[in-house]
Amino acid sequence: MLTITPEVLKALESHGEAAYPNEGAGLLLGRAEDRHKTVVDILPLENRWGAEEQYHRYQITPEDALYGEKEAVRRGLDVIGFFHSHPDHPAVPSEFDREWATWSGYSYVITMVEKGRAVGSRSWLLKEDRSAFEEEEIRTDKVTG
Amino acid sequence: MPTIRIPTPLRPYTGGNAEVPVAGPTVGAVLTDLTSRHPNLKQHLYTDGGELRAFVNVFLNDEDIRHLRGAETPVRDQDRLMIIPSIAGG
Repeated sequence: MLTITPEVLKALESHGEAAYPNEGAGLLLGRAEDRHKTVVDILPLENRWGAEEQYHRYQITPEDALYGEKEAVRRGLDVIGFFHSHPDHPAVPSEFDREWATWSGYSYVITMVEKGRAVGSRSWLLKEDRSAFEEEEIRTDKVTG
Repeated sequence: MPTIRIPTPLRPYTGGNAEVPVAGPTVGAVLTDLTSRHPNLKQHLYTDGGELRAFVNVFLNDEDIRHLRGAETPVRDQDRLMIIPSIAGG
């Protein structure tokens, strides 16, 4: 389960709206305890994929991910996952998302942005055998973890 | 002793530790030491063919080892290494 406050979820979805018609992306910072993760904040990052394909691709470079890891350490948090937007496509991982996925255990939050407005976010976990993603429940909670 | 920082989802394989001490004169030796101390990490870092997975990056004191001497890069006692993923999708 992934717990996130309404305020942080709003910030995450606003990033996707601002990036529209391209994909926006960033890191989820928070705490992980077994299979329960709490998002404390997001760290929006530049989409580094080539500009002409950003409408359906995103990339966070190792240098940006390093910055994110150090930022998490500085705040006493961990990188617990990633988020990105799907402009005018459902908040479901694509085959490309699966091929490029990293490790099972990170939460992948996807926001559908329809005509510039965020219309819903869902979270996904890569299966251990990397064959597919399975949905992770999102709990929006007013209490920070 | 050098230390290496472990990404959050791999910490179950290092006893829950975010940073672990490692030994070895080079980055390659240090990574071998890491996976021999924590064998269950290996499949998450390496392909079946023994290559580092494409999305796995190793930084030595904030420098990508690919910009240094790769696995041959020397490691000193006070060095800090980090395992960092490349992230992409569609």
